[in-house]
Amino acid sequence: MTNLQLLWFLLIGVLFSGFFFLEGFDFGIGMSIRFFAKDRDERDVVIQTIGPHWDGNEVWLITAGGAMFASFPMWYASLFSGYYIVLFLILVALIFRGVSFEFRANMQTDTWRNFWEWAASISSFCAAFLFGMMFTSMIQGVPLDGQGNIFGSFTTYVNWFSLVGGVAVSLLCFIHGLNFLRLKTSGGLRERAQKWSKILYPVLLAGEVVFVILLFLTTDFFAKKPVTTWSILIALVIFTLIAWWGAIASHDWASFLASGLSLISVVVLIFNGLFPRVMIGKDNVNSILIKNASSSPYTLHLMTIITFSILPIVLIYFIWSYWVFYKRLSSPKQTA
Amino acid sequence: MLNIGLSVLGLSRFQFAMTTVFHFFFVPFSIGLAFIVAIMETLYVVKKDETYKNMAKFWGKIFLFSFAVGVVTGIIQEFQFGMNWSEYSRFMGDIFGAPLAIEALAAFFMESTFIGLWMFTWDRFNKVVHCLFIWLTAFGSTLSALWILAANSFMQNPVGYVINSQTHRVNMTSFSAVLTNRQLWNEFPHVIFGAFLTASFVVAGASAWRLLKKDHEHFYRKSLKVGLIIGLCACLGSIWSGDTQTRYLINNQPMKFSAMEGLYKNSTKKGDWALGAGIDTNNHKTTWSIDIPYVLNILSYHKLSGTVKGQNQVNKELKAKYDGTKQGQKIKNYYVPTKTLFWSFRLMAFSAGLFALIAIVGLWLNREKSNAIMRQRWFLYIMGLCLWLPFIVNTAGWFITEFGRYPWVVYGLLTIADAVSPTSTVLGLLFTNIVYFLIFASLGAVMIILSHRVLKSGPDSVMTDGYSSKPEKSSDKDPYEMGAAHND
Ligand code: HDD
Ligand code: HEM
Ligand code: HEM
Repeated sequence: MTNLQLLWFLLIGVLFSGFFFLEGFDFGIGMSIRFFAKDRDERDVVIQTIGPHWDGNEVWLITAGGAMFASFPMWYASLFSGYYIVLFLILVALIFRGVSFEFRANMQTDTWRNFWEWAASISSFCAAFLFGMMFTSMIQGVPLDGQGNIFGSFTTYVNWFSLVGGVAVSLLCFIHGLNFLRLKTSGGLRERAQKWSKILYPVLLAGEVVFVILLFLTTDFFAKKPVTTWSILIALVIFTLIAWWGAIASHDWASFLASGLSLISVVVLIFNGLFPRVMIGKDNVNSILIKNASSSPYTLHLMTIITFSILPIVLIYFIWSYWVFYKRLSSPKQTA
Repeated sequence: MLNIGLSVLGLSRFQFAMTTVFHFFFVPFSIGLAFIVAIMETLYVVKKDETYKNMAKFWGKIFLFSFAVGVVTGIIQEFQFGMNWSEYSRFMGDIFGAPLAIEALAAFFMESTFIGLWMFTWDRFNKVVHCLFIWLTAFGSTLSALWILAANSFMQNPVGYVINSQTHRVNMTSFSAVLTNRQLWNEFPHVIFGAFLTASFVVAGASAWRLLKKDHEHFYRKSLKVGLIIGLCACLGSIWSGDTQTRYLINNQPMKFSAMEGLYKNSTKKGDWALGAGIDTNNHKTTWSIDIPYVLNILSYHKLSGTVKGQNQVNKELKAKYDGTKQGQKIKNYYVPTKTLFWSFRLMAFSAGLFALIAIVGLWLNREKSNAIMRQRWFLYIMGLCLWLPFIVNTAGWFITEFGRYPWVVYGLLTIADAVSPTSTVLGLLFTNIVYFLIFASLGAVMIILSHRVLKSGPDSVMTDGYSSKPEKSSDKDPYEMGAAHND
């Protein structure tokens, strides 16, 4: 494995971390539209919190996908073709989510506005769930042939662990979204978001315990890398506890950052477990390794130069746009 | 024409064609409209005329619909290379991935960030800064087209690569060669002019419909004027760049060219150009044709003399070149779907003429002091109907480009049949094809209904919701949401 290959494996991890941190609360906000907000006015405010941002957040996914294609074509090809139906459903969810905000705002009847709100909520949930399911089933090892093709059966994708993974990720996103609401709103909405977090955190912790048990039973993470795996899991639990404390002690920023970091911990857990592989074959047969999956040194070199010259500029205006909109939106009840 | 059975290959091809064509309804419209809105807003900044501000906001609404649909269908594009064409991705990853990743990094971030800023900050920044946001969005979308076309151009005309002797995959050797590909610099201007043309004729056509209803004459006549001026320039640009492409093709992809012209036999010295022809693809011959002498030679060489190779000869040459090579193993012959190419090209070229004509007549009728345009209702009708034409023409252009490289997916290197995912199943593809189709049909319908509604509610909706009257509240509210509330 060359340094460049290692660097790109890490960069893909960084891009997915950025995606889950940002799109995580996006998904959560999406779910809150119907599962949390009470009436139309509240829903307006909830949607407004991500109005200018959701598209930019989604570009993290597009970049992660593109970067994976550029740096590890074998990984991209095998993962994306192997998870055909799962990704297809994710795409459908992302399509509905993406158009729902714009369409909803332009509907004239309540029925149709409700329709697009439900579309946003359900598709946000499905997208988060399916991503969780995809990654948890992937780390259990999949039936790979010598060419890197996955010929999986139903249970390759849908099994106890992947279902728990899906639920855990969507719950994490939901709470992360609530924490974002606490940051961006004031008054009734904020208070209720805090109340919900307080209740949901014990549930999440229980879910994390189940997740760890299943991780132990179905993956080789603990056998291969006990120290790092345990450290990351402990970090995950600590972040969860901090976020919970933030909900109790009204530390909105602490909660938000901690819930974001717990999502990132999950990504780190997965990438740490994968290393030095990118796809784990069932019983470790035919696993695809970082060293075989990458594009040529020329392309990697080129991409490194380009990424490190463009990404800083992107980050500057990306963060600046959050700063422009950094302002609490008041709950409708107060202004009315 | 598509030669699609219920096979993995056929269904994968159909799905790819369907999704890109659908994506490409919105892409040129968004690119062009972003620039038109930017120009309108600039006019407002420069001339300080509120009408232009209303125009920018008004057409900006429709731009946002198109953008939203463009974005969600774009994600499919990126994913489906891996999902449906995994062998292609393995083969091409070294080259294709790079522009795709750069596109996301350099273009999509810019587009999505600045469009968010543009939408929500009408009253928060000063006019010049706000106007800059839409320019950056427009610039970003053009950049994204450049990068994706760089990838596409490699497929049409591979440069700057070697075939790795162990893996039998493409390795990039020169990124600058990939970026300076002649194909790219022929394709990119043509696509961009096509995009301007698309958006400007939609603006003009929609304005014409409203003028037929005698609705907001001042506003729509001004929109019409902006639309037609940009449209005329874009049309001339399309013709110029289309001509460049045509002459490049003759040497670079002769099969595509002679199919476009419906030639099976070599052309005679006279240079007959067929207005229309009956094409018998089974027996490789034309049954009838209406010819105009010399035009073919003028098109091909800008001269009256010369001849063009027919498909039969090109086929022989290509067989001589690829028979016995690894990539040419399974190919029986190199004929492309001639009818599709022939008629697509006719449609594209004739439309270009039609657009130019409409723009000139329209600008004349719409001149400032005259009311002629309001009296020539038949002309408004034609212009209104032509709103749909650019979408069809864009698709026709891509049909030429993409069908014309049959049987290759990467010209001379990889065949379509070798590119498809081995894991795909007919049942899975059938399911996804149907669902995509239903989704696209509904998205298209909603998009049309919404745009129609915006047009009907007219510019008043953007004016009366006055962002300026209540600056504090409106600044963090989606202005378009308020427009909707107003309608209740
Ligand atoms: C409204 C848009 C529009 C208009 C008016 C035209 N075109 Fe076009 N054409 C396109 C939109 C387009 C396109 C959709 O944008 C394509 C597909 C690929 C490309 O590069 O541009 C295209 C492709 C395309 C190709 C195939 C290029 C290739 O495969 O490499 C040729 C030869 C031409 N065009 C030539 C012309 C000529 C001679 C025109 C006028 C007389 C013309 N086009 C008008
Ligand atoms: C610019 C980026 C593009 C790339 C990289 C690209 C690539 C491809 C690939 C991989 C296929 C599948 C293989 C095949 O069937 O030949 C294909 C087919 C096709 N594409 Fe494109 N394409 C691009 C743009 C477009 C656009 C914008 C359109 C139309 C609006 C289009 C129209 C088609 C059609 C109609 C087919 C089907 C042809 C067939 O089945 O043989 N393409 N393209
Ligand atoms: C077949 C290959 C293609 C791929 C993989 C692809 C990929 C994408 C993706 C991922 C997006 C969403 C970006 C976002 O969220 O902001 C998108 C949108 C866009 N794509 Fe494509 N695209 C393809 C074809 C094309 C072509 C041929 C063009 C232009 C010539 C183009 C131009 C654009 C533009 C301008 C947008 C912005 C959305 C809009 O304005 O509607 N794409 N594309």
